Amino acid sequence: MDVILFLVFAIIAVVCAINVVVQTHPISSAISLVGVMGSLAVLYLLLGAEFIAAAQVIVYAGAIMVLFVFVIMLLNAGAEVHKGRSLMARFLGLPALVMLLGLLAYFVQRLFPRGDMVHFGGFTGGSPKDIGMALFTTYLLPFEATSILILIAIVGAIVLARKEMD
Amino acid sequence: MGAVPISWFLTLSAVLFSLGVAGFLFRRGIITVFMSIELMLNAVNLSFVTFSYQLKKVDGHLLAFFVMVVAAAEAAVGLAIILTVFKNRKTLNIDDVDSMKN
Amino acid sequence: MQLWLIPILPLLGFLINGLFGRRFSKGLVSAVAIGSVALSFAWALRAILSLDLDHAHVEHYFTWIQSGAFRVNCDFSVDRLTAVMLMVVTGVGLLIHVYSIGYMAHEGGYYRFFAYLNLFMFFMLTLVLAANYLVLFVGWEGVGLCSYLLIGFYFDKKLATDAGNKAFIVNRIGDFGFSLAMFYIVKNFGSLDFATVFGSAASKPEGMLTIIGLLLMVGACGKSAQLPLYVWLPDAMAGPTPVSALIHAATMVTAGVYMTARSFPIYIHAPAAMETIAIIGIATAFFAATIGLAQNDIKKVFAYSTVSQLGYMFVGVGCGAFSAGIYHLMTHAFFKALLFLGSGSVIHALAGEQDLRNMGGLRRKIPWTFLTMMCAAVAIAGVPPFAGFFSKDAILLAAHRQAPWIYWVGTITAGMTAFYVFRAMFLAFFGKYRGDAHPHESPPVMLVPLVVLALLSIAGGFLFKIPAFLGTVFPSRSVDEDLTLMAISTAAGFLGIFLAWLMYVARPGMADALAGGVKGLYTLVYNKYYVDEVYDAAVVKPLVGGSRAVLWKGVDAGLIDGAVNGVGGRAQRIGGVLRLLQSGNIRSYATWIVLGSVVAIVALVEGAR
Repeated sequence: MDVILFLVFAIIAVVCAINVVVQTHPISSAISLVGVMGSLAVLYLLLGAEFIAAAQVIVYAGAIMVLFVFVIMLLNAGAEVHKGRSLMARFLGLPALVMLLGLLAYFVQRLFPRGDMVHFGGFTGGSPKDIGMALFTTYLLPFEATSILILIAIVGAIVLARKEMD
Repeated sequence: MGAVPISWFLTLSAVLFSLGVAGFLFRRGIITVFMSIELMLNAVNLSFVTFSYQLKKVDGHLLAFFVMVVAAAEAAVGLAIILTVFKNRKTLNIDDVDSMKN
Repeated sequence: MQLWLIPILPLLGFLINGLFGRRFSKGLVSAVAIGSVALSFAWALRAILSLDLDHAHVEHYFTWIQSGAFRVNCDFSVDRLTAVMLMVVTGVGLLIHVYSIGYMAHEGGYYRFFAYLNLFMFFMLTLVLAANYLVLFVGWEGVGLCSYLLIGFYFDKKLATDAGNKAFIVNRIGDFGFSLAMFYIVKNFGSLDFATVFGSAASKPEGMLTIIGLLLMVGACGKSAQLPLYVWLPDAMAGPTPVSALIHAATMVTAGVYMTARSFPIYIHAPAAMETIAIIGIATAFFAATIGLAQNDIKKVFAYSTVSQLGYMFVGVGCGAFSAGIYHLMTHAFFKALLFLGSGSVIHALAGEQDLRNMGGLRRKIPWTFLTMMCAAVAIAGVPPFAGFFSKDAILLAAHRQAPWIYWVGTITAGMTAFYVFRAMFLAFFGKYRGDAHPHESPPVMLVPLVVLALLSIAGGFLFKIPAFLGTVFPSRSVDEDLTLMAISTAAGFLGIFLAWLMYVARPGMADALAGGVKGLYTLVYNKYYVDEVYDAAVVKPLVGGSRAVLWKGVDAGLIDGAVNGVGGRAQRIGGVLRLLQSGNIRSYATWIVLGSVVAIVALVEGAR
């Protein structure tokens, strides 16, 4: 049961990811990205991370991607025009990418040849209660720091994107 | 029928990450590049949660949470920057934003 | 005994006058300057009278240098030799300070002059009171500095500034010899203290002591204007006359003699060095006297006379008659300072005229100056029983004992000395006045020091029996009072006076006729044997030209500037190349990042394995 769940949503995630990269019009890429995030949320549930799954859907898919879509609409972004100019990216990018992928896969296989098995309910420590406990004790300082970070981001975004006061 | 080997999750994470890098390198639209970055971050989040499962600790979830927070802030500011660049340069092609040349 | 007060008081005078003198009135400046020197004189007198001077009284102030086993303290010491020097420096210095009030009254930079004079007194007293070579060297260098400052006092005249430079540079050559001597002393004796060095001098090999003696002599030649480093002294007459009197007659130039006398334990064990000193001394005495015969500037006559008399002092020291040399130092201070101050009075009376050919018949117009200068003239000519007679005779007798030829040359020089001094006197004071100024007598503030010095020139030989006083300091050498020799040298003096009278008073045209007769020789002597020109061509021009061409254009502009600018240029070029890496293209940057991270991951994992 878990395997099927995993395979289905993993394939959806990969297909949507490929779609993100391949599509010419940004809005199609944005929708595909939403799809990726949704499937990842399911996978998080499989891993026992309920809070993270919820946060993923609410924050990522619900807020950030909406922001993306708004900006695409605001800028009236059209489909990309083919005008390659970076020789570096064209010639070295693909080999580098393949190397990266290969490396990562290799390390995964080396480090976890016969690792654990994941099944539903294997990890119960991902409930909001547990997250809250850790957030406000061990990770209090990063929590405060990120709240300041958000403040800075808000201020920065407002300053950058406002209209000039004439 | 029961369980999924953990390495599959990690492999999926690696694949998604590489796809993000590919989009980052090969696409020319600023917004698409930005979305590839978000894709990379998501892949890393999956990685974190997987390891958290393996170690049976909640810290991975916390880290993933912080990554999400930072990604949100970054998206906000980054899109604001994109808006400003668009206002000034009237283009969404990152190859045209090369005034740092030489 | 607080010996430090003796030099510090003039230093305070320098600081006060130097820092605030610009705002003081002339009276206040003079009061500060004279007061400090007078107090210094009084304190020195007190020190001398209250101390038992048979043993050197040493005061230790602070440790100056401490490096391993080598240690130099700032110590002052007083013994009989120091006492004589102290009295001469502070006493004659005080008189000259008083004289300067009148002489410099109309000059600009009044406070500056007195500040420099006080600074000079400080350094000279440090030199005299020093208990080791390094503190002496501090005073030595300091008086050289003050000499430069004071010679170039009229700094808007190129002649004066050039003379100041010349004095300082030539002195430096001597100082180099002195420094080498000090290094050698440290190497062999391990210390620069007089007590240590002189205590163990007897046990050192003669060769080493000779080297030290010769090197010290190089320093003395520079400071005391002996051959071949005397060329600065005649040019130094470009400074104000009190400066010539104080520094270049009575005190600074005698520092070399003092230092040589102080180092006698080294010299008595290095007879070769002593002989060299004596030879150089007599050669200088003779040489300078010949030049003095033909000079027309009144100050130049006395300048060459100073060089010549310093030669005498060195003869005394070089022939083992240390106390005779110091005796002559003291009497010379009296009559030479008087001669200079008197010529200053003459120059002041004639509103700046210095050429003897434009003077004449002044003895009725400025009688006091005439009388006092006459006292000095008879003293320097060695007429008994004036001061110069005793000291010069002591030296000549010792010279005869050492090497008779020195005695004969010295006697001839004595005759020449008498001749040129009286030539100057007759040309200036007798006959008809040949100039066109209005001579007037100097103010009392200038005359009183002249009178005091005249009295000292007359009676100094009786009052201060220096050889007896210094008998306990130096190894005694019994010199027979050979009346024949004394008579011969005195007769030479009288002969000189008579010839001068003959040529300049009785038959005024005779001098020019004689000069016309030996034209070539006369021109040679008149132009100081062209020594300055020779030095200029042989040393100065090559050095300056070499510096300009090689060191300035070659090394400085070419090498150093080239290297520095080259580094800058290279950095710029490298930057220019590296700049091209910035393609401005974000995607290429991203590619680099990916590549880099791949390399980094591989490296990390390889390292961890």
